[in-house]
Amino acid sequence: MARSDVQLMLDVKSGDDSSFELLLRKYRMPVVNFLYRMVRDAGAAEDLAQEVFLRVYRARGQYVPTAKFTTWMFRIATNLALNALRDGRHRHMEISIDQSAGGYSGDGETEQPAMEIADRQPTIEVDLIQRDRADLIRRAVESLPEKQRAAVLLHKYQEMDYDQIARVLGCSESALKSLLFRAYETLRVELAPLVQAAQVQSQSSPAVKMRSSI
Amino acid sequence: MNCGHMKKKLVAYLDGNLAIAERRQMETHLAICTACQERAAEFRSVWDVLDELPVLEPSTAFDNRVRERVRQEPIRTGFWSWIVPSPRMAFAVTALLIASIWLSSFQPGRLAVTHPPAGATVQNTEAEFGMIKDLPVLEDYDVLTSFDALSELPAQQTSQSQPSNQM
Repeated sequence: MARSDVQLMLDVKSGDDSSFELLLRKYRMPVVNFLYRMVRDAGAAEDLAQEVFLRVYRARGQYVPTAKFTTWMFRIATNLALNALRDGRHRHMEISIDQSAGGYSGDGETEQPAMEIADRQPTIEVDLIQRDRADLIRRAVESLPEKQRAAVLLHKYQEMDYDQIARVLGCSESALKSLLFRAYETLRVELAPLVQAAQVQSQSSPAVKMRSSI
Repeated sequence: MNCGHMKKKLVAYLDGNLAIAERRQMETHLAICTACQERAAEFRSVWDVLDELPVLEPSTAFDNRVRERVRQEPIRTGFWSWIVPSPRMAFAVTALLIASIWLSSFQPGRLAVTHPPAGATVQNTEAEFGMIKDLPVLEDYDVLTSFDALSELPAQQTSQSQPSNQM
């Protein structure tokens, strides 16, 4: 039977480093992706993600499971991201998906960090269309105000419940719902061309959509 | 429910997180408000579109760097972990503990007992205590105060004259 995150962390606390390795494997992608969307820089996101895992490890001695492990970990990640943005170190670092994909960009000129986009093996034509769409979505998400962006990333991609997200962001559930509404309202406008096309396709879909995670 | 209330609860409604009564209110409003109906549908589409955001794979160096940094962390386990990084601190605390235990072995009461004359034994002390404990009640205080012979008795004789009282 798989151990829960809390149990893994308690095992780390009692000196079992292999449990930390399991947590690292499980959350490396969610944490790196969350930070990448927050700071908009692949290298900086990996640096910050390292810091997140290191802080989790350092805090093992004092770890008390008062909340979900992910709430605690993403609170660390969010604080680090917001601090980095406020420091202004990563504010102007705009790296496109093509650049961050390195070898996938096709120009072969630069050796970017080995961060890769999951390969879907599309044809060149479909690839161009998808990349344009992806770029539009990325820009829309990344142009959201920091706190709204964090709320959307945690809600949409980490599938956290309102209580968890509110704890991560240090706000009330009511404030969070307003935050999410404003964020999705902005995205509705920014992504209007894609949204309207998607709407036509999904007219017969069920009323309640499930969120998907990274 | 008006459009303002609807905005506050739209995300929770689409998540399926509203209580039954609130959900029914929302559905009643959506049935009569075209603008809110469109907004709800577009929010669902936004969620669909957001699924297309590419997922990034961390570099292979990332895991190695995390592992390396974790390996460099000092070993800390339990309450005494804060001492481990500093052997000097560990030595100082240990010495302080030993000194505290040693000093606490000298009880203040023992140091204060200096009255017995030189050569007096523990037995003498016990005999004196027994004598005082078992003294008969003196009913005539005047007789006692004027009875000079008591003060002339030698200490050794007094202790020997009361052997039965020690039992």
